Amino acid sequence: MEIAFVIEKFIFITVIFALSLLVAMYSTLAERKIAAFLQDRVGPNRAGPGGMFQPLADGVKMFLKEEIIPTQSNKFLFIAGPSLAILTACIGSAVIPWGQDIQLFGRTIALQATDINVGILYIFGVVSLGVYGIMIGGWASNNKFSLMGAIRAASQNISYEIPMGLSIIALLLVTNSLSLKDIVEQQHGFQWNVFYQPLGFLIFLVCAFAETNRTPFDLPECETELVGGYHTEYSSMKLGFFLFAEYINMFVSSAVMATLYFGGYNYPGMDFMNSLLGPTFGPLLGMGVLFIKIFAFIFFFMWVRWTIPRFRYDQLMNLGWKVLIPLAIANIVITGLVVAFVNGF
Amino acid sequence: MSQSLFYLAAFLSVFFSLLVIFSKNPVHSVLYLIITFFTFTIHYVLLNAQFLAIVNFIVYMGAIMVLFLFVLMLLNLNKDTEPAKSNLLKMAGVVAGMCLLVTLVGSVKALNVSNPVVLTNPGLGLVKNLGKVLFNEFLLPFEISSLLLLSAMVGAVLLAKKEA
Amino acid sequence: MESLSNRKKVLEQKPMNFWERMYLPAIFKGMAITFRHMFKPKETIFYPEVEREFSENWRGMHSLKRDEEGRERCTACGLCALSCPAEAITMVAAERKKGEEALYREEKYAATYEINMLRCIFCGLCEEACPKEAIYLDGPIVPADYLRKDFIYGKDKLVEKPLTELIKQ
Repeated sequence: MEIAFVIEKFIFITVIFALSLLVAMYSTLAERKIAAFLQDRVGPNRAGPGGMFQPLADGVKMFLKEEIIPTQSNKFLFIAGPSLAILTACIGSAVIPWGQDIQLFGRTIALQATDINVGILYIFGVVSLGVYGIMIGGWASNNKFSLMGAIRAASQNISYEIPMGLSIIALLLVTNSLSLKDIVEQQHGFQWNVFYQPLGFLIFLVCAFAETNRTPFDLPECETELVGGYHTEYSSMKLGFFLFAEYINMFVSSAVMATLYFGGYNYPGMDFMNSLLGPTFGPLLGMGVLFIKIFAFIFFFMWVRWTIPRFRYDQLMNLGWKVLIPLAIANIVITGLVVAFVNGF
Repeated sequence: MSQSLFYLAAFLSVFFSLLVIFSKNPVHSVLYLIITFFTFTIHYVLLNAQFLAIVNFIVYMGAIMVLFLFVLMLLNLNKDTEPAKSNLLKMAGVVAGMCLLVTLVGSVKALNVSNPVVLTNPGLGLVKNLGKVLFNEFLLPFEISSLLLLSAMVGAVLLAKKEA
Repeated sequence: MESLSNRKKVLEQKPMNFWERMYLPAIFKGMAITFRHMFKPKETIFYPEVEREFSENWRGMHSLKRDEEGRERCTACGLCALSCPAEAITMVAAERKKGEEALYREEKYAATYEINMLRCIFCGLCEEACPKEAIYLDGPIVPADYLRKDFIYGKDKLVEKPLTELIKQ
């Protein structure tokens, strides 16, 4: 391990980390703006031009709020909950390939923090850890509503992990690799996996909504039934961390969906553009394309949130166990048959 | 490098598994168990068994321990609600524990000491090789274990369906 | 029960067919509707800069009126305070001195007149009770403030400006 390599990785990881925090920050503004547009309003527009500095104002507000820790709570776990939530949200972006190898200052730099050969499974593992923050926070609050929220979060996440994993299995039958870099390279140009796995993508999308606790599946924090769910007792920046973790999760799962099913940094005619722009700006354009896809997904997340009402709990469980899992299994069987047929048994 | 990492991870796993036993609060105990499993994941990574590491991560840390925590949170085991155990039960517990100890000591004695870091085939733990081995050499045990899991699943469904 | 108006409609609830039970078409329909709303004209009124037009019978901040010669109409009879259901109005009466005829119309006037805007419910009963047509709720929205004491409005804020000043502006 040479020093230059370490420095390069350090800078890259810092940039990605800062980028995901920035995107998450502005997602909060985008959420409010999009909600407003969908409801014929204009949204926050006072802080800076067009409300540009609203996230900063919100952040400052969160930091300056009084911090309340309930006396009967478990103090260590009460603080550990939101910390874990934001930690698991942030580490998910480690294996996502952000672009092709880029030529910068005479060096070839891989635009990916690390290319482990079980990349998908890593993402899957991080997603499954995400529920701990909510559970620990909800339990440590020593509040019935929080506990109910924590339990809902746990059962919901476990239920939706299964169809998510099954839809990934069908995808793996097509790609033959667990490395995200390989999967993206296979989708070169316009051979995106969504054309081969439309049903799998749909299942993955629904599960992504459930895993990020976004609206049709936001039962853990369901205001109408549980006050605030798992973050009922939280205040100040610890509440901010829980809310922020949701947006980072949304960013990471959008990136994963774009990578797995929508070709990541690939776009039609990329070879031509690469030869036109050279080895420095070509990959940067690819990265831009990936970010456009990610923003499109984030918009979709928000669009759905402000359209579809929340599920009832039994509907949630029915959808997960009785619809998505059989569908995902059927998808695996069909995909397996087609792959076997194409490969000539 | 990896030698010292191994010793660090080994120390951590022993430390946290001791905490699992000695912590009074059951929820803390489960949380320590989760950390213990995480140190196991580090061990697997050090042994270059990436697939096993990540599956341990997903299945044990991400699913089974969530369910453990789930059940414990619902039970809410406090000192005052916990019923006093009879002496007979305590005796049975001691006997069972001793039996386990004897078995463990016996199995450790029967083992050969192996170099913990270097494997004969270092690429064995990678997904591709593992899949080939599983579906060629160990196909029968693999299928049998899948049948076992299926029957366990059917049994669980039956238990849940039974009228209380 | 016999329907009186004949407007009752009996809805038939058929069991949903397969397409409907998938819910996806309904979801897409809903999403199309919300998407269309993105491009509709916005209903927002930018309040401090733009004010919504008030209706004829809008009741806002109180103002103590002057007569056509610019004299305060209020005679501090206390009927408004008596009629106030929220007990928001207090006043101290005083006798008009010589030489103040141009300021106060009657021989008695309100030396202090205070309305607590946090108590006021803007019912307009003071307006109706006033025999001298001295108080009207024809002002703008009462602005927000930080301290409770700042919501007790005295004569400095309530009394209408003299006609001469209004003309100057």
